[in-house]
Amino acid sequence: MTWQGWLQIGLVLALVASAIKPLGLYMAHVFEGERTFLSPVLQPVERGFYRLAGLDSRAEQTWLGYAMGVLLFSFLGVLLLYAILRLQGFLPFNPQGFEAVAPDLAFNTAVSFVTNTNWQSYGGETTMSHMSQMLGLTVQNFVSAASGIAIAVAVSRAFARSGVDRIGNFWIDLTRATLYVLMPMAIVVALVFAALGLPQTLEGSVTAMTLEGVSQTIAMGPMASQEAIKQLGTNGGGFMNVNASHPFENPNAFSNYLAIFSMLSISSALVYAFGQIVGSRRQAWALLAAMAILLVAGIGAIYWAETAGNPIHLAAGVDASLGNMEGKEIRFGQAMTALYAAATTGLSNGGVNAMHSSLTPLGGLVPLFFIQLGEVLPGGVGSGLYGMVVFAILTVFVAGLMVGRTPEFLGKKIEAREMKLAMLAILILPLAILGFSAVAAVIPVGLAGPANAGPHGLTEILYAYSSAAGNNGSAFAGLSANSPWYNTTLALAMLAGRFAYIVPVLAIAGSLAKKTRVPASSGTFPTDGVLFVGLLIGIILILGGLQFFPALALGPILEHVLMLAGQTF
Amino acid sequence: MLTKQIRPALVLLLLLAGVTGLAYPLAVTGIAQAAFPAAANGGLIERDGTIIGSSLIGQTFTGERYFHARPSEVDHDAAGSGGSNLGATSATLAADVAARRDALVQGQTPVPADAVTASGSGLDPHISPAYAGLQVERVAKARGLDPQEVAGLVANQTQQPLLGVFGEPAVNVLTLNLALDALESDNG
Repeated sequence: MTWQGWLQIGLVLALVASAIKPLGLYMAHVFEGERTFLSPVLQPVERGFYRLAGLDSRAEQTWLGYAMGVLLFSFLGVLLLYAILRLQGFLPFNPQGFEAVAPDLAFNTAVSFVTNTNWQSYGGETTMSHMSQMLGLTVQNFVSAASGIAIAVAVSRAFARSGVDRIGNFWIDLTRATLYVLMPMAIVVALVFAALGLPQTLEGSVTAMTLEGVSQTIAMGPMASQEAIKQLGTNGGGFMNVNASHPFENPNAFSNYLAIFSMLSISSALVYAFGQIVGSRRQAWALLAAMAILLVAGIGAIYWAETAGNPIHLAAGVDASLGNMEGKEIRFGQAMTALYAAATTGLSNGGVNAMHSSLTPLGGLVPLFFIQLGEVLPGGVGSGLYGMVVFAILTVFVAGLMVGRTPEFLGKKIEAREMKLAMLAILILPLAILGFSAVAAVIPVGLAGPANAGPHGLTEILYAYSSAAGNNGSAFAGLSANSPWYNTTLALAMLAGRFAYIVPVLAIAGSLAKKTRVPASSGTFPTDGVLFVGLLIGIILILGGLQFFPALALGPILEHVLMLAGQTF
Repeated sequence: MLTKQIRPALVLLLLLAGVTGLAYPLAVTGIAQAAFPAAANGGLIERDGTIIGSSLIGQTFTGERYFHARPSEVDHDAAGSGGSNLGATSATLAADVAARRDALVQGQTPVPADAVTASGSGLDPHISPAYAGLQVERVAKARGLDPQEVAGLVANQTQQPLLGVFGEPAVNVLTLNLALDALESDNG
């Protein structure tokens, strides 16, 4: 580890921190229906959309109506994307002449992008036409992120309101999240990306003749526009097979900073918007503090593990100064690889700038554990915030048990119904991750997946289902996941991880909106102080540890011990 | 409750798809092509009217006269991309590393890590200054140049972190090899 590496990490995180307040306030204004500096341009467009859709912009929905809206929109999104992928051979913007995507792969990809997972069973540059990348994948990069933001806003409103059964209108929140938040930022970021060297062309591949007279075919396409929303929407699905480790997707240190800034900024700022909407900015900073502490600890752990290098290779005569370079790119170095790996899994981004499968065992443990913690550091756009709110509810419940008082969070009493729903949401992740992994680890079609033998093989399977259920999308890509078994079960894990989580969360919102706010008394446990932050971190770690430690012990932890002993498989 | 939502669901999906999936990428393409055409078309390098590669994309060099890139899992096939995805305890990886090391150095000299490990993309355009340094003597000998002169060229072609902070020291193999050819034709 070097001071220069830590300085880069610090500067990127400081840049994110400086964007939290202005961006958070802007989003709070947008979702409370106030005028913003973009209203003169966007309001006519927005009104036109509502007129065509037959919407009354003042009509609000109950939690059930809101949830139905989310589910219906997602279902239609899967159908549209599946159709585009299957029909790409007949559609324009297909300079490479790619044929239809296979049915199980198209299903997996459609579910993957609609659930904001963006798992890549496919290699982008060898499978997808430009039309599929744009009208198929990019669209869901926007609207699945906008759906997540919408749900987080609905949850925020539930805390702010009392004695009502309405939590907002999904269609309006969706439209505003896309038009006012994601689109303007995506245009700016895409143009900066293009200036930094990301290709943005509708042409097909280019053939070069190298200095030694060998021909090299170079895949091209509209990458800057997709990369921008891939980061902003914490989607993570790359244009290319190897995602943001590809020099076209991420050509230099500055595109890497911008990528990390883009993926962290909206999720972090949404926490501030939450504080603004519920009327307690201190609460927002408390949640952000808990997220930041865990995230920085994870960055440090990866950075340390990767700079230490692989003792097996060092013993074979490899110089230690660069650290473990397998699966990494020279232009990022260890510090920016560690930051990217921690951020992409602390979020539900899932893009990678190095191959996670080739990280050292402990370096790979961190991203895996971050996904299993529920991706709340600061999490996917929207999903991170509502995930953190569920953890906060659990924390006040545990604190309430300790002192024997009814728990409260932001003036709302947390009672049996909310706790049951919160537990229902929390249990989805271990069920989907451990359940599917256990089956895949014993049946032949599952065991056919991992490319690595020994404990690393188990980690590959575990990582795949964690990534799918957590809607992350990154991979220990040694796993050959493009098979009917993995394509189907991973898609099911993605659906469970997204929708079986969203519905209980919206039900909590519906139930909280009805409750009146109780004024804070001397017996109220303050949820914006250091004690709460410590408890919250403790709950997240203990819960994650209890659920996943046994599996992690058999995977990366065992591999670490064996690596130190010089054992290979 | 559900039937009332079918119209907004369908209409908004199609409208938002049009805006985000067609208008947005096509507008960005138009602006990028007008404002920064070289970057937007992949940073291609031409010599004597032929495209010889992209400054961003690594290439395979095998001859003694050129600096070599890092090992690539996909042989620098830029129509695809890929890393080895081999884990830390992989016997295959350990054997690959040992074989690459033996091909580069003799005895106990440690080799730079990037010289014996495959990059994540399989298309890493850079090598570390240490790996470039390791190749200076071979290239100088093959071209009949003074090793000092070649080492000077490598130093010249090494990108240092901006302000000593932003980025990593790196040598772009293709531009280094181009500079090498240019140097020889100047001398000759």
